[in-house]
Parts: sequence; C-alpha cells; structure tokens
Amino acid sequence: MRNLVNWGAAAVVVAGCSAFAGQAGAADPIKIGSILSVTGPASFLGEPEKKTLEMYVERINKEGGVMGRKIELVVYDDGGAGEKASTFTKRLIESDKVDLLIGGSTTATTMAAVPLAERNEVPFISLAGAVVIVDPVKKWVFKTPHTDKMAAEKVFSDMKKRGITKIGMISEDAGFGKSGHDQSKLVAGNYGIEIVADEIYSPKDPDVTAQLTKIKNAAGVQAVFNFGFGQGPAIVTKNFKQLGIALPLYQSHGVASKDFIKLAGDAADGVRLPAAGQVIPEQLAATDPQKPVVTAFKKDYETAFKSDVSTFAGHAYDGLQIALAAINRAKSTDRAKVRDEIEKTSGYVGTGGLVSMSPTDHMGLSPSAFHMLEIRKGDWVLID
Amino acid sequence: MFAAFLQYLFSGLTSGAIYALAGLGFAIIYNASHVINFAQGEFIMIGGMATATMVAAGVPVYLAIPLAMAASMLVGVAMEKFAIEPARNSDVVTIIIITIGASIFLRGAAQIIWDKEFHSLPAFSGETPIAVLGATLMPQSLWVFGISAVAIALLWYFFNRTMFGKAMLGTSHNRLAAQLVGVAVKKVLLASFALSALLGAVGGIVVTPITFTNYEAGIMLGLKGFSAAVLGGLGNGTGAIVGGLIVGIAEAMASGYLSSAYKDAIAFIIILFVLFFMPSGLFGKRGTDRV
Repeated sequence: MRNLVNWGAAAVVVAGCSAFAGQAGAADPIKIGSILSVTGPASFLGEPEKKTLEMYVERINKEGGVMGRKIELVVYDDGGAGEKASTFTKRLIESDKVDLLIGGSTTATTMAAVPLAERNEVPFISLAGAVVIVDPVKKWVFKTPHTDKMAAEKVFSDMKKRGITKIGMISEDAGFGKSGHDQSKLVAGNYGIEIVADEIYSPKDPDVTAQLTKIKNAAGVQAVFNFGFGQGPAIVTKNFKQLGIALPLYQSHGVASKDFIKLAGDAADGVRLPAAGQVIPEQLAATDPQKPVVTAFKKDYETAFKSDVSTFAGHAYDGLQIALAAINRAKSTDRAKVRDEIEKTSGYVGTGGLVSMSPTDHMGLSPSAFHMLEIRKGDWVLID
Repeated sequence: MFAAFLQYLFSGLTSGAIYALAGLGFAIIYNASHVINFAQGEFIMIGGMATATMVAAGVPVYLAIPLAMAASMLVGVAMEKFAIEPARNSDVVTIIIITIGASIFLRGAAQIIWDKEFHSLPAFSGETPIAVLGATLMPQSLWVFGISAVAIALLWYFFNRTMFGKAMLGTSHNRLAAQLVGVAVKKVLLASFALSALLGAVGGIVVTPITFTNYEAGIMLGLKGFSAAVLGGLGNGTGAIVGGLIVGIAEAMASGYLSSAYKDAIAFIIILFVLFFMPSGLFGKRGTDRV
C-alpha cells in the first residue's frame, strides 16, 4: 500500500515536473528492448511486429502506463541477420539497460540473441517459430508463436481423419520450410503416415512442376503436403493445379494470410492448412474464449494501419501482453522476479491461443491453438 | 515415362526462358561497355513491380505495361547519368562495383516506393494449362518463349544491321578508336543502359504472372541471368538464351531424375565445367586481348 502511495506521489510529481520541464526523473520508465527484422527477407514478420509493439506501447502510456510507470520501447532492426541481432541484443542489454527483451522475428535472429539473454539473465520473449527456441527449455527464454511441429501434427491428424496414410512432401530447403520438414518427418509416424516422396525446392524457384511430377508418379501417394512461405507455396499451388493432380493439397501455417490466396488465385481452391484463430475471428464459435481477443486486435490493427492483420503482428501483441502482465504481478522490473512471473503465466488468452506456461513449457500453447481451414472461393472456411 | 520426361523438359524450358531473358540484359551492356551490370536484376524487378502495382491500382494493363517500360528506361538512363558517367575514367572493375551499389540502392528505393509484399499479374492469356502428350504447359510460358525469341531477333538486327548498333559494338572493342571515327561514346553508353533497362522491364513483366515479384525478386533473376550470360559467352545474345535454357533444363532434369536436393548444384557444376574447358562460354569469341 505504501508503495502504491509512493508511486501515486511520484506520478503527481512527474506530471508536475513535465508540465514545466518536459522531462522527469522520478519514475523511471520500464524499458523494453526489441530486435526485429523490420527490413530484409523477413520484413513481412518484423514490420507488423514493430508496428504492433509501438501502437500498444503508445496506447498503454496514454492510459497511464504500467504501475504508473511509462514504457519505453527500444527497437533495433537486425535486417534478418543473426550477427546483427547479436550485436543489437548486446547493446540493448549493456548500454540501453533494458528490463526485458521481446523479439527475434526469425529463429536465426532469436538463437543469436539467446546466449546473451541467458548469460546476462534478462527475460526474453521470442516471436519466432522453431521448436529449438524452447526445447530444451532455457531458463530466461520464452516464445509466443506456435511451433512448426504443432502445425505438422494438426495436418497429420486431419489426414488421419480422412483415411490418408501415404503422402508426398515437398518443402522449401531453407529456414522455415526446412525446419518444418524435419519436424514433420519426426511426427508423421505417430499418426500412421508414411512419407513416400520427399522433394525440395529453393524459395525463389520459378517452377516446381518437375518435383511435383515426381511426387505424382510415386506409388500410392494419397495427398501432398508443402512446408514453406512467401512466393514458393503459391507457385507450388499453381503448378499443382497446372499438372491436374487430383489429390488433396495441404499447406503449412506459413501461408495463413490473404496474400497467399491473392497470389495463388483460383488454384488455391481446396487447399487445406492449419491456422491460428487470428486468421478467422468472425468464424470462431461465439463461445470460443479467443473470439473477443482476436476480434479486438484485428480491429485495432486494421484501423491503425489500413492493412490486413497478420498472425505475426499477433505474436508481438501476445509477447507484450505476457511481459506486462508479468511485470504487473511481480510489482517490479526485477529481472529474476519478472522471469518467474512469465513462467507462471496461466490461462492467458492471446491471439495465438490459450497460454499456460510451466517450468518445463516455455511456450504454453494448447493444441486448440490451431484450427483446420480450407480455402473455398478465395476465402477461409473453418473445417474444425 | 515419356510424359514425365516431357514435363521435366517443359519445367526446365519455363525456368530456362526466364533465366535467358534476364541474361540478355547483361549481354547488351557488356557489349557496349565491357561492364557487367549487376543492377540488371533490379531492372527486371522494377518492370514487374511497376506493372503489378499500377494494375492493382486500377490502371488498365495495356497502359500499365508501356508506362512501366518507360519508367524502367528512365531509371536506366538516370543510373548511367548519375552513377556510371561520373566514373567514366575509372577502370571496369570500379564501374562494376558501382553497379552493385546501384542495385542495392534500387532495392531499397523499391522497398520505400512500393512495399515488401509479393505481387502478381494476371496471366496474359488465361491459366488453362495446355496438354501436350500427357504433360502440361502454361500459356504464360509460351509468352516468355515468344518474347525471348523476338528480343533476340531484334537485338541481332540492332547490333548487326543498324549504324547505332554497330557503333555500340565498336565502342565496346575500343572506346578511343570509336571516338576517333566519330562515335558519340557518351550517347552509346546512355543508350545501352536505356536498352537493357527496357529489356529487363519486358522480362519482368512477362515472368511476373509465373514467378510473382517483390522488391527482392531481382536478386535471384540477376544471379541466374548472369550465370546464363556467362555460360553462353558474355556479350552474346544467342549465348545468353542458350545458356539460360541449359541451366533451366539441367535443374529440372536433376530434380526429376536425381533428387531435387542436387538441383542447384547441377546447374553450377555445368557452369564451372564450361568455364573450365571453354573460358569464354559456349558462344563467346576466343579472347585475344590481354588486360
């Protein structure tokens, strides 16, 4: 209680001072440091993430901040390069003296920052996908997005329901696609699925009909599963239609954006993919606890930036909310206390799903985080 | 089995024609100045991006295409005027480095002027695949083949039958001598950049319905185009086309018959092989000058 009174007094002093001097020293701001891939090949991740963080930090500050303290956001653009991410993380920790780190748009940039966060004991919430970030569990590292492994499991369980046992895989041979491919191979057996053809393509290949022809001619193939994002999956989808392959085509959550449908056009009809609730707010059941969260976030984002909300923006939103809630509960920015509180996050309803973390699970997403969608007439249709 | 082979061949021809178109642009500037213009891929990107964004904004395609071509030529001319010309007394390597800088600059500018998303264009004549003996081919691939063929024919005519084209070739062989016989060397260089930017734009426009485009699309096309041009013999238009087709077909056959894992390696092995045994490429003249 005394603390609260002190903070209150401090806030009054701050308000008074800033009226005259414009600067205040009484209540230090909470410093959040962020490394994001705002430019470069992963800019479609980093840019919406940066916009989201800035929008909400500004809004929270307007509403009085957290525990009466303003939030100061320091964002550095690593351009998607690991070594830059490492340098900037060092700078955030050593010269900016941040209380907490959010970011690492890609797995590579996150992994470059992980050793620094661990060594300096700074809580770090990553916005990147791969399992390696939280498996094995690292004391100071958490993450908000779903893993590629969960996506593969969702796809395989849908295949199992349809009685599919033999599939052909085609995947991007870099980053996201490669990791997704490896995870898929690991879990396919658990669903009784055998990968009878396994082909790869480069992210910028103009044509993959050769690989698809090979899959088509493999004995017993009942469905095709592609892991990748960007232009590749759209080309795969177009070529799939061109070859007239009459099998179900599955894509990963990497294509869960309207851009994919725009690029692939009519060929996208019938494609199935796992996606987070954020993609289809209006189709979620009224009883779904996620519905109000994703609907509100979509509205905020789309009014502010006049562009479609993406799941990546949602990852940043979730990261910020989890961090601030933890600081609130810890009643301080003491790094160790904040870390403990993040780990105790329970029942948080985010854009990615329901999050309940534990000492052995630093992601905390339940399997319900993914929905199965099918593309019909240029729009998403919720399957389950 | 034959159907599969044919499909691999079509796949290779589609990619190959795209690489070939990209390679042609390198040939023109090399012909005029012995400079390898590493911003060639960016001309392709500008053509595709400008058309795609204009079409998305509601400009009719038949208007967007010439506008995009004009815009690319303008960029080509500006690049020559403001980046290449001030360095005209430097050696070729310096100028090549300048083109690398220009390519990075253009990529950054595209990111700001447009955005970072992928864009597409509707295919020129529909998306109904053409069936040939059990394999299929997209009509847009035929457009790429056709445009490549027309471009090579026009270039041949230009360099062999017109005064200006011959002046360009002359400038490339010996700038001083060309100047002495009255060739306006400055104009020749300017024209070579305008021409290759135009060609790049055309390439970018016809391939966008197949490959999509974004601000970085020029990197891959530039790289593969450069490989095509080197394989065919730098400065030789026919060579660039044949080189592009060889790279494309080799990639597709490797994906089909070996494993897609070796696809990129095979293309590079072929290039290394040719350069090792035929250093001036398949169609290049045997070099006699010592530098």
